[in-house]
Amino acid sequence: MLGFLKNPVVVTAEINVNLVALTVMGLISRLWGLSYPRAVVFDEVYYGQFVSLYMKRIFFVDDSGPPFGHMLLALGGYLGGFDGNFLWNRIGAEYSMNVPVWSLRLLPALAGALCIPLAYQILVELQFSHCAALGGALLILLENSLITQSRFMLLESILIFFILLAVLSYLKFYNLQRHSSFSASWWVWLLLTGVACSCAVGVKYMGLFTYMLLLAIAGLHFWHMLGNQNLSNVGGGWLFCSYPCLGDLSLKTCSVSLLCHFLARGLALIIIPVAMYLSFFYVHLTLLYRSGPHDQIMTSAFQASLEGGLARITQGQPLEVAYGSQITLRNVLGKPMQCWLHSHTNTYPIRYENGRGSSHQQQVTCYPFKDVNNWWIVKDPGMQQLVVSNPPRPVRHGHIVQLVHGITTRYLNTHDVAAPLSPHSQEVSCYIDYNVSMPAQNLWRVEIVNRETDTDVWKTILSEVRFVHVNTSAVLKLSGASLPEWGYRQLEVVGEKLSKGYHQSMVWNVEEHRYGKSQEQKEREVELHSPTQMDISKNLSFMAKFTELQWKILTLKNEDTEHKYSSSALDWITMDTNIAYWLHPTSGAQIHLLGNVLTWASANVAAVIYVCLSLWYLVRRRRKIYDIPEDAWQLWVSAGEICVGGWAVNYLPFFLMEKTLFLYHYLPALTFQILLIPIVLQHLSDYLCRSLLSKTMFRALIVAWFSSVYLVYCTFSPVTYGEPSLSVAELKDLRWKDSWNILIRKQ
Amino acid sequence: MGSYYINRTFFFDVHPPLGKMLIGLAGYLSGYDGTFPFQKPGDRYEQHNYMGMRGFCAFLGSCLVPFAYLTVLELSKSLPAALLTACILIFDTGCITLSQYILLDPILMFFLMGAVLSMVKCNACADRPFSASWWFWLSLTGVNLAGAMGVKFVGLFVVLLVGLNTIYDLWDLLGNLSLSLVMFGKHLLARVLCLILLPLALYTAVFAVHFTVLNKSGPGDGFFSSAFQSQLIGNNLHNVSIPEHLAYGSVITMKNLRMAGGYLHSHWHLYPEGVGARQQQVTAYLHKDLNNLWIIKKPDSDADLSDPSSPVEFVRHGDIIRLEHKETSRNLHSHQHEAPLTRKHFQVTGYGINGTGDSNDFWRIEVVGRKPGKLIKVLRSQVRLTHVATGCILGSSGKTLPKWGWEQVEVTCTPYLKDTPNSLWNFEDHINPKLPNISLDVLKPSFAEILLESHMVMIRGNSGLKPKDNEVTSKPWHWPINYQGLRFSGVNETDYRVYLLGNPVVWWLNLFTIGLYLLTAISTAVALKRGVQLSSELKELSRVVLRGGGQIALGWLLHYLPFFMMGRVLYFHHYFPAMLFSSMLTGITWDTLLKFFAGFLSPSTAARRVYGGGILALVLLIMYSFYLFHPLSYGMIGPMASDPSSPMAGLRWMDSWEF
Repeated sequence: MLGFLKNPVVVTAEINVNLVALTVMGLISRLWGLSYPRAVVFDEVYYGQFVSLYMKRIFFVDDSGPPFGHMLLALGGYLGGFDGNFLWNRIGAEYSMNVPVWSLRLLPALAGALCIPLAYQILVELQFSHCAALGGALLILLENSLITQSRFMLLESILIFFILLAVLSYLKFYNLQRHSSFSASWWVWLLLTGVACSCAVGVKYMGLFTYMLLLAIAGLHFWHMLGNQNLSNVGGGWLFCSYPCLGDLSLKTCSVSLLCHFLARGLALIIIPVAMYLSFFYVHLTLLYRSGPHDQIMTSAFQASLEGGLARITQGQPLEVAYGSQITLRNVLGKPMQCWLHSHTNTYPIRYENGRGSSHQQQVTCYPFKDVNNWWIVKDPGMQQLVVSNPPRPVRHGHIVQLVHGITTRYLNTHDVAAPLSPHSQEVSCYIDYNVSMPAQNLWRVEIVNRETDTDVWKTILSEVRFVHVNTSAVLKLSGASLPEWGYRQLEVVGEKLSKGYHQSMVWNVEEHRYGKSQEQKEREVELHSPTQMDISKNLSFMAKFTELQWKILTLKNEDTEHKYSSSALDWITMDTNIAYWLHPTSGAQIHLLGNVLTWASANVAAVIYVCLSLWYLVRRRRKIYDIPEDAWQLWVSAGEICVGGWAVNYLPFFLMEKTLFLYHYLPALTFQILLIPIVLQHLSDYLCRSLLSKTMFRALIVAWFSSVYLVYCTFSPVTYGEPSLSVAELKDLRWKDSWNILIRKQ
Repeated sequence: MGSYYINRTFFFDVHPPLGKMLIGLAGYLSGYDGTFPFQKPGDRYEQHNYMGMRGFCAFLGSCLVPFAYLTVLELSKSLPAALLTACILIFDTGCITLSQYILLDPILMFFLMGAVLSMVKCNACADRPFSASWWFWLSLTGVNLAGAMGVKFVGLFVVLLVGLNTIYDLWDLLGNLSLSLVMFGKHLLARVLCLILLPLALYTAVFAVHFTVLNKSGPGDGFFSSAFQSQLIGNNLHNVSIPEHLAYGSVITMKNLRMAGGYLHSHWHLYPEGVGARQQQVTAYLHKDLNNLWIIKKPDSDADLSDPSSPVEFVRHGDIIRLEHKETSRNLHSHQHEAPLTRKHFQVTGYGINGTGDSNDFWRIEVVGRKPGKLIKVLRSQVRLTHVATGCILGSSGKTLPKWGWEQVEVTCTPYLKDTPNSLWNFEDHINPKLPNISLDVLKPSFAEILLESHMVMIRGNSGLKPKDNEVTSKPWHWPINYQGLRFSGVNETDYRVYLLGNPVVWWLNLFTIGLYLLTAISTAVALKRGVQLSSELKELSRVVLRGGGQIALGWLLHYLPFFMMGRVLYFHHYFPAMLFSSMLTGITWDTLLKFFAGFLSPSTAARRVYGGGILALVLLIMYSFYLFHPLSYGMIGPMASDPSSPMAGLRWMDSWEF
């Protein structure tokens, strides 16, 4: 029973001192004086707002990316006990005492520090020597731009951490693949790859590039595995039952089939990331349940699901629109701004400025503010009454209705008169009978766009409705143009005759709604002014909210703004640009995003050497001349897949992007490029320095080069850490390139 | 467009000139006199002789069918596959409609298919390299590439296709150890010669012809730089002599240095309310206009400088000046209000009455790369105007203003002090009676400069075709599913209507086949990788699927995917090149699949019957659908299809079709 006690209990621990030392150095370099400067630094002003909103549980939409990164930053704030009360309005503003600067900045800094041991491990897993791995990790350690970026409340270091983690876990998984498939550690690394990928994507959409790269590499490896005839298919040919001459594939030497391999990869690299990504949004939406500044971007249904805001008004509205309902109609498009169908007693001018005539009937517009004139009453054309009967008769898809403007009791009408600003469309008005042989054409067919069956009932908030004019088959549409002076600059509403398919500007939904009770116009006016009441509640499902939010994040387009420090992707390779992050209010102390010039240049050289050498080898191999042994070639190729591939996928897409770009977008690509330096160096020393003398020379060169990297790091560390403060002359000396913008205070 | 060539007036279009030149040539040969204005669709041709041009386009359009037939025949070595493809193209209403009118697309597709055909033929001759037919097909590929590029920039995709194919080919040759390196070098050289140098030479030649033929000034002048314009007969810069150095009192026009930048312009209209201060608009305008004229004045004095007796005083680098708009007598003005579109820049307005304004009207004039005190030269000096009060630089952002600004280009004052062409200007017209004139011939640009400039202008023009807000535009994903057509002529019930829409049966068959092809290709590739033993017949089939089908599928991808990344306005007809590839793929895939399944049936007669029956059924299906839909391309009169009484009512299978 206690047999195991017969032998002594032995715990053997293997500690890789390299790894520990690197981690400690990383932590020191990234965490040193973390809460200095106690002021808002660069984009903290941007991410800080979101942290505050998380603390206050207020809903927001950020079009720059998915919410996981913001949530991690907010986690730091939560652990530090931040209450969210800080006005993030300007770079350089001093933090008040309630802001836990250290803990807010801790997570990015930790992530930045852990990148160093990760880089070490990656190089080891790529089967390069520990010496090369150490060198690579040290280069990352001494890279000023990575240090600067990790020391503040920014997302890049977290992104790089997850990217490297994903690469490392994939490499570990792949190396285990050869001898122990489907072991526990095999599963752990495979799953970790998927998780890290989804985290990277969740922090910034840039993570998608690395995810795609890993998927491609995994696909390639699987393709090689297909060629391995020792692996069975399922039951000898399940995959290829369509091929008749397949009989002799009954090698059952391996217990696990290709199909299992395929399914395991699919699960870990596709299904788990998707699920994780959804869960980020789930947490995001659960945390943020209060209405806030970005409400109006979302649809009414979404807004109604938030606490406060629209929900306060719509809570307890009747769900089904019936004949006699009093409603406000919101245009679904929400561009150029959200607005409601509106009318007022003013009429269209008889002649417009350009001489065209109008019907001179009452104006119908779309008005961006809540107003009593936004109320309309749904009327049955066959009946006179404007109240809801008991029981209410709901309006269904395809029903013909009239829309009566609540305050003026005129009917929504359109006719073959050109609209004021869009002459190709029909004018929409509230009909005034001038007795001029222009009959009222006020019948509209209700078409529910998102109906499930053809007899669906028109529902408040949920239903998206088109109004099709019965006489002319024009569709009620928001043209987006704003009317001149006579229309009070409200937005133009037209009847679109040539309605091409579905467009959100033609779709409306009921936002506020109540059953009208008052028979008399006077009473009705009082009723229209009173707030809605009654109670029913409804909730949007998570998937519906997710789809909407995701869609909004992807399509919400901020006007591309020019920024003083924005740069083009081409400037990044040579680091022709920098970003000033912070300047001390009185002294010359300042923080810049500025890389280690020598490292950047060497990384470029390494990339060029790698590509040239590879092409040379490739062409020679094609002619059956083998310069290096086969396994060395395999290592060289797989290192290139990761490092050059990682650099390319994280860099080249920026040439196609139209958004404002900054130097920090290059950092993930740079990290991969730096990893390439030790790879190329080791290769050069192993295969190109043949004699002992040249090897020694090469090593001496590397040592010299390394110490100059360290020197450059030290030279620029004042602008990396923001202290000590430098004099004007010293600052001028630091301006190695004319295009750098180092701030020099005028005396 | 052809009219311009016949009249030899210069014009500007976003496409390269070859297509229009060919149309012009066809018109010229058939006796068209170039007088019809071609203003808007629906205008009647009346007595104008247009049949020659239409006939030419239709002829090229009908060449597509034999080209596709030969290509598929060469790739699959199977007559039924080639017939199926030809049948698809013959009976597709979209292809018919598109090639019946005077459009660039049939010409483009002609060259494109020509390039593909000759590439395939050249590959087939690979076993006897350097033979006469090999050279013939290789150089023909080059010629067709030049043609495709010369008609529309979409031709670039077929260049890419041929390029990839050539690289693959060369890689193959390199691996062939029986070939000496010298031989390989010869192969490489031949391809460089025929596929790079020859097309480039032809392409440049097309432009050379274009610029030689069009030597008269026309509507497109303003898009080009001052130096370019001096080449055109009839332009006010042609062969004129103007004073060289700028002086106070000169009347000038200023042109932005960015490619296709406009003239500094102002007009009586004010900025609307809510857009900065309600002062007079200042814009950049691409056309020549009296409102582009400005007078250079000293900041303080209002002395009438036109008085001939006063001494001439030159403007020097670093001087503070005031620019007065000639027509409205307002000063160029800027202040710390945000610009209408570029929010971080300052607004530029016209301010003051009869030249009296305030200190915000002062600008410092600086020439790039010169020392203070130097004189400023017309046309040649690149000038920067710095606003004295705020320190910002006058520039054109390149964004188009909304309707209130007449869709002219926004002019702002940018606080970011970078020297980009956006913020540099040159003086173009210069009128000062007191100064001696010099001739402008020194400016003559070289042909290479003209070529480069016209390309920049075309690229800018292309990317400038942006959809407006709220406009329902065609999306690339609409195309393969034949979601929505394009109205060619006629809107109302009584009109003679032509509607560009693919034959839905054909298009949906194509779409379905792409999926089918992917499945086939993947399972074939996996089977080969797994080392499945195939009979020789199946080996041949898999070669057709992977090599031949792969080439065509690559062509489809190259002609379709890039549209997803384009920001410009897209139209349905952009899909047609891809559709050609897709049709060829359909032919190959169905033929292969039918052969494969027929292979299961042991008696050869049954197998042949199944195979033949399958092909025949497809052909009949396509013919019948053409019978149903032919009014789309040959025109229809009568009620719209949405009306149940129309003969086409039953054919409106999708709500989005509007015939």
